[in-house]
Amino acid sequence: MINLEKEQSKIPAVQLYPLGDAAVVVEFGNEISEQTHKQVRAFSAYLQQHPFLGLIEFVPAYTTVTVYYNPWVISERGNLNPYTKVTGFLQRMLPFVADEAENAAPRVVEIPVAYGGEHGPDLEFVAKINELSPEEVIALHTQQEYLVYMIGFAPGFPYLGGMNKRIAAPRKETPRLQIPAGSVGIAGEQTGIYPIQTPGGWQLIGCTPVPLFTPQGTSPSLLQAGDLVRFTAITEEAYKERKEQRHES
Amino acid sequence: MSLKIISSGLLTTIQDLGRHGYQKEGIIVSGAMDSFALRAANVLVGNKETEAGIEVTLMGPKIKFEQQQLIAITGADLSPKIDGEPVKVWRPLFVEAGSILEFGSPRSGCRAYIAVAGGFDIPQVMGSSSTYLQAGLGGLHGKPLQAGDTLPCRTLPDTLEPFLRSIIQAQNKNSGAQTNWSVDSSLYFTYAEPQPIRVLKGPEYGLFSAQSQQDFWRMAYQVTSQSDRMGYRLRGTRLSLAEQTNILSSAVTFGTVQVPAEGYPIVLLADHQTTGGYPRIAQVITADFSKLAQLAPRNKLQFKEVTLEEAQSLYIRQEKSIEKIKGALQFKTSI
Repeated sequence: MINLEKEQSKIPAVQLYPLGDAAVVVEFGNEISEQTHKQVRAFSAYLQQHPFLGLIEFVPAYTTVTVYYNPWVISERGNLNPYTKVTGFLQRMLPFVADEAENAAPRVVEIPVAYGGEHGPDLEFVAKINELSPEEVIALHTQQEYLVYMIGFAPGFPYLGGMNKRIAAPRKETPRLQIPAGSVGIAGEQTGIYPIQTPGGWQLIGCTPVPLFTPQGTSPSLLQAGDLVRFTAITEEAYKERKEQRHES
Repeated sequence: MSLKIISSGLLTTIQDLGRHGYQKEGIIVSGAMDSFALRAANVLVGNKETEAGIEVTLMGPKIKFEQQQLIAITGADLSPKIDGEPVKVWRPLFVEAGSILEFGSPRSGCRAYIAVAGGFDIPQVMGSSSTYLQAGLGGLHGKPLQAGDTLPCRTLPDTLEPFLRSIIQAQNKNSGAQTNWSVDSSLYFTYAEPQPIRVLKGPEYGLFSAQSQQDFWRMAYQVTSQSDRMGYRLRGTRLSLAEQTNILSSAVTFGTVQVPAEGYPIVLLADHQTTGGYPRIAQVITADFSKLAQLAPRNKLQFKEVTLEEAQSLYIRQEKSIEKIKGALQFKTSI
């Protein structure tokens, strides 16, 4: 009989539990922290390099990695218990993660942004409610390195951590119906980039000419969980130039 | 080889078994809502189960076959007709060049699948032909099929020629000729109101109030008209957490039952986002995805709890039933 309650793994604080009959959640903690994130990242990297037969895919999030599997394949066509087999695989991977979590160096991705003007119609608002000048908002936004905790919500959309609270701003009361792809925004204490044109309620402070989502590429999302993002301010001309280069290529 | 779309129907899209491996990049799975029905349709025309087919929703399209084809229609019975003659579902059908397939009123279920022998000749995006409507990619130009579209098909495999002739001869007619056997419908499911939907408790089940935990099992819920391929919004007794809790975003999947603050559950489906931050009260078992996919707005459902072991043995039973259909078809086509 399988215990459906969260089961303690051999690594302290790591728990495994099912999400339905074809997924297992590996949980490394219960709050957002860089330490937990490192474990999520190390486990994801290990799984990517050492996939097992019947693994479909996995989704890293703030504190969890959800592992999707095919119970028919895992169970060798129904001859074994799929959940026992898959949790066995995952348990055996955990000790490797503890070692790797310390070593991996994150990739830094630079995102050029044209701030303000037509690309960032809410820059003035964000400055005003924080009693700053627009230039100070830009300075604070470009000062930080932001950790990509996870990708979700839309293709290539990064959940970024590390924004300076001095430029926090509430969401718009009425969401915009169309936000252009590449828009950089602020919602509460979070900053983010819209990879595709969608409706949304974020305060828009700028726009990047760099595509975050390329469906034809080998890695469709520019950013991956674990990357560090650094925003740099570019001029309107540089923005246009980058955009044109993109169209030509 | 091609099909011509004369009229589109309510929502007619190209779907296969989904775009896997990219959820960690925020790219949704998409794919057939009723994947069992699509797999069976493919098997019935000698295709690989993973081939793309046409997903038809409630009000079907009108389709002209430019060349002769072997096709199968599975899933919901939406009263299909070929050149005005009713045809049966869940079996191979022969259609002659110039024939027209159309649908009438829905008799049971919500979504039907059309597979053609050889498959559709459609480029894959990120390993799949499924239409991803929000991002405008996959399928035919990233959009639902529309009047005037031409849908290219691969040629009929030579190995199916004798099988095709045997169907035509047995029926002594051409277009609409069908086999006198079909998939045993007990392998699929029966319709009921409310439809029992089996689930496992979700990761946040324990956070709901004792009253809500009881209500979730006791009450029937109705599928509202604000339901689509992303998910069904349900109406019924509102559910609430025992106390306000901040939930961190984590993965959600097909069949995840999540409850936003307003208290009405949402069942996520094929076009679900990859992650979500609402408490997940339950997770529908894979063996009941077809039942779920065949619910239409205003239909009722009631959740029933099963154990993980039961869920996985039902999963394996369903895989065995696909194997059974494959075996039967191999036998029939080898005659």
